[in-house]
Amino acid sequence: MANVISDETIEYVGILAKLELSDEEKEAAKKDMASMLDYIDKLGELDTTGVEPMSHVFPVNNVMREDVVTNGDGSEATLANAPECNESGFIVPKTVES
Amino acid sequence: MKDYEVVIGLEVHVELATKTKIFCGCSTEFGGAPNSHTCPVCTGMPGSLPVLNKKVVEYAAAVGLATNCTITQDCKFDRKNYFYPDNPQNYQISQLYLPICRNGHVDVKLADGTEKTIRIHEIHMEEDAGKLIHDEWEGVSYVDYNRSGVPLIEIVSEPDMRSAEEVIAYLTKLRTTIQYLGASDCKLQEGSMRADVNLSVRERGSSEFGTRTETKNLNSFAAIERAIKAETARQIDLIEAGEKVVQETRRWNDDKEYSYAMRSKEDAQDYRYFPDPDLVPIHISDEYLAELKAKQPEFKDEKKARYMEEFELPEYDAEILTDSKKFTEIFEEATAICNQPKKVSNWIMGETMRLMKEESAKTGREFRAEELTFSPASLAKIITLVEKKEINNAAAKEIFEHVFAENVDVDAYVEEHGLKQVNDEGALRATVEKVIADNPQSVADYKGGKKQAIGYLVGQTMKAMQGKANPGMVNALLQELLK
Amino acid sequence: MSLLDYTAVELAAKIKAGETTATEAMEAVIAQIEKSEDELNCYVTFDKEKALAAAKKADEDIKAGKLTGPLAGVPFAIKDNMCTEGMLTTCSSKILGNFVPTYTADAVVRLQNAGAVIIGKTNMDEFAMGSTTETSAFGATKNPRNPEHVPGGSSGGSAAAVAANECFAALGSDTGGSIRQPASYCGVVGLKPTYGTVSRYGLIAYGSSLDQIGPLCKDVTDCATIMEAIAGKDDKDSTSIGRDDYSFTKALVDDVKGMRIGIPRDYFGEGLDPEVKEAVLNAAKVLESKGAIVEEFDLSLVEYAIPTYYTIAAAEASSNLERFDGVKYGYRTKEYEGLHNMYKKTRSEGFGPEVKRRIMLGSFVLSSGYYDAYYLKALRVKALIKKAFDEAFAKYDVILGPVAPTTAPKLGSSLSDPIKMYLGDIYTISVNLAGLPGLSVPCGKDKNGLPIGLQLIGDCFKENNLIRAGYAYEQARGRFE
Repeated sequence: MANVISDETIEYVGILAKLELSDEEKEAAKKDMASMLDYIDKLGELDTTGVEPMSHVFPVNNVMREDVVTNGDGSEATLANAPECNESGFIVPKTVES
Repeated sequence: MKDYEVVIGLEVHVELATKTKIFCGCSTEFGGAPNSHTCPVCTGMPGSLPVLNKKVVEYAAAVGLATNCTITQDCKFDRKNYFYPDNPQNYQISQLYLPICRNGHVDVKLADGTEKTIRIHEIHMEEDAGKLIHDEWEGVSYVDYNRSGVPLIEIVSEPDMRSAEEVIAYLTKLRTTIQYLGASDCKLQEGSMRADVNLSVRERGSSEFGTRTETKNLNSFAAIERAIKAETARQIDLIEAGEKVVQETRRWNDDKEYSYAMRSKEDAQDYRYFPDPDLVPIHISDEYLAELKAKQPEFKDEKKARYMEEFELPEYDAEILTDSKKFTEIFEEATAICNQPKKVSNWIMGETMRLMKEESAKTGREFRAEELTFSPASLAKIITLVEKKEINNAAAKEIFEHVFAENVDVDAYVEEHGLKQVNDEGALRATVEKVIADNPQSVADYKGGKKQAIGYLVGQTMKAMQGKANPGMVNALLQELLK
Repeated sequence: MSLLDYTAVELAAKIKAGETTATEAMEAVIAQIEKSEDELNCYVTFDKEKALAAAKKADEDIKAGKLTGPLAGVPFAIKDNMCTEGMLTTCSSKILGNFVPTYTADAVVRLQNAGAVIIGKTNMDEFAMGSTTETSAFGATKNPRNPEHVPGGSSGGSAAAVAANECFAALGSDTGGSIRQPASYCGVVGLKPTYGTVSRYGLIAYGSSLDQIGPLCKDVTDCATIMEAIAGKDDKDSTSIGRDDYSFTKALVDDVKGMRIGIPRDYFGEGLDPEVKEAVLNAAKVLESKGAIVEEFDLSLVEYAIPTYYTIAAAEASSNLERFDGVKYGYRTKEYEGLHNMYKKTRSEGFGPEVKRRIMLGSFVLSSGYYDAYYLKALRVKALIKKAFDEAFAKYDVILGPVAPTTAPKLGSSLSDPIKMYLGDIYTISVNLAGLPGLSVPCGKDKNGLPIGLQLIGDCFKENNLIRAGYAYEQARGRFE
């Protein structure tokens, strides 16, 4: 295996992705990711010099809407599935210490 | 201590004055119950998709043109990924790779009369976050997404500023320019304009930059000045003590006048930007750009020069009037009707600003020119009536107060309150004669050499005529009859 | 002949003619569900009373002349990643286990406007990540043709429900083969339309630049009819593309004379099951015998499609799935200390292993220092793959090949080795990368009686070439039992 994924990398990606893996999952993730990356490295065989990265398949642009209000009071629908909320909004653990 | 120089760059966020959010048809209006201006799109509901508001591109490009930027005619949106509850998708739709405007500049004038060019690195479009309200008692925060998805532009300057004065001059210039465009009201207090200060210090003469910090949460020009002063001192102290400045984001607390680092091991500051696959690229055609250029308004500097030239206003008047786009609109509209530029200017700088101050004192909140709703035509009418001696100044002020407050119809008001000035000499003479007869003491005083006693008699005559008498004529008649 | 043997279009005609009703059709479907669902597990959400009530309402509306669409009264199943107002929508994930949308996906609205009656929501691989429907948080779905085998995935519940007569037709979604492959494994017809043809509004995103909704159904006629119902420009989806022509049923013509069909040699090499190969090439012969011009060619870049796909799809997924955080909807962990701990626990408990695997990979390929080498590189290769197809379609109207290298594997045999599992997508994935339409039509069975699918790939916006070829093939093949 050409790619070796370190504990630090798994830890770091876990912070980015907000995932907390068990030790067992971490080992599996290291192995999986290394083999996936080996596989992806295959793309290096292709010379893509001068090839523009293609985000969209079709050359469509300027899909825009007019600046017109179309939505009314959405609070009920917005909060309908909230795990925790009250009339002030969604409730989350306190976000700042000051 | 060595001689230090401060180096400042600004990241200015400006909320655009669109009616709806950047990617959905929710209102951007302030206020409203928490989460009332929301829909699946601006709350990151599963399966919802963004659709770009046309007006956002127009405003962003217009600001770019006004600040001498090159417009990126093929630009697109990227996702900036980070977890925070005010950010419902946990990514913000922004622009990293191809921002809509680049390489601009604005010229500012400093107090000593020198001019300075501040370069603009880029301007990009993005969505605002929701609001978090902290409940200290319960140890929780509440999330309100009413502001989530309100369109912003972020104007990123080069590190070209060397003092708080330059920073304020730059911000003032940006604010006036954007207000002239109508792209935003740029209220710092209310957060529709927000400036983050990137600051570093270095020994004067050095060509290397020091390590910079970014200070956030600056809600007024005064706070910006204080924060710059404090951060400069903090960095110099560190360097003098042989310590290193850490590159970090700091939050300013203006009440306590200090800043603290916003650090967390959970924030990796790795935003994993990539082009948003839910949005297609924007192409700004040459034609559209030409149209936008043609639509650019006359900005403050040109307008001020023109006022001095065309209307022969003193520089002082021209400066104050052109500070606010609203003032210039009132000035130009009223002047076009009554053709009395200096008089219109006097009414704006005098009565209008006096009433605005009164209103501010009453509400405890700054009454801004943009909030003025009175009809410039009514002001022109008042000026014309005074000019034609159909009303006197006292009546004019009274009428204007009502025009200012409730936009009354001037003619109707004059009629209803019988304010038409009496210029009829016969009627005036009769009243003056009666006043003379009723006030022998004052007459005697006047005749005895107390010339100021005539003031009392004028006053009595005005009172008898409910303020409608032509004061010039009353004066002349009194002088004549008391000879 | 049982009511359940009718296709969706046949049933709609019977209902219209007054020979049966939506309620009778729904009752027949419910009876079938009650018979086979315990074993197959096609549905995540099925509410008998609601389904019956919806059918009764449809009958009233049909009677009143309010419901006249081509699918009026036909019971449909919807993959559980499409939002349905007031009806649980889970993506077969614990993290959305209690999510009841307040809006309906555009494709589902259009389907209902055409008269379809929703039975319930079908099982899938969690967040459409998988090829077997085994990554569902609510248990695997079994293949109705042989319950020891998987139905394929990720739209396994939809494909199995059609094959098991637990519905007359269904909607699925296809990011890398998720309609075509389960259609192939279950012996039904499935179409992945040209990107942008069916609105993605209300489809819970996996890989936004690749996802498309499409039909799973009994034959090509149903397929064309459902496409006419669900396709259309949607102002709520910026990637939705307005087309000049939304008529698909006009391509239901038994005539392929002069149609140029290319067979990519690269699709018939190592790893392809000989029985699959034989069945697919036989189908090509059938079309040739009907007048099509069939020839082999080299497509190139086929082996690069999978790493390209997994880079792009994982990157987009890692971002698309960030919104599942326990704040606004869905699952929130019970105990936590502070915000970040809440996020991490919620997501770690709420997502299954395959989803976590792809989120980790996607976050990594986008992270600082790797973006250019992985993500941008993949977008460049995508451009090359698109170009290879453009060149092929300069010569051919249709590309013909297998849907998958094998027939449906046994349950529990696929998930251990991700690369091996991903290799199963080799013939379907490049179609998504290039935004093309792809049709899966049953073309035979292996020695174990498991169905084999024929894949027809068309140029962008050329669904009608596929429908015409698929229809002509079906006429020659006869009813697929």
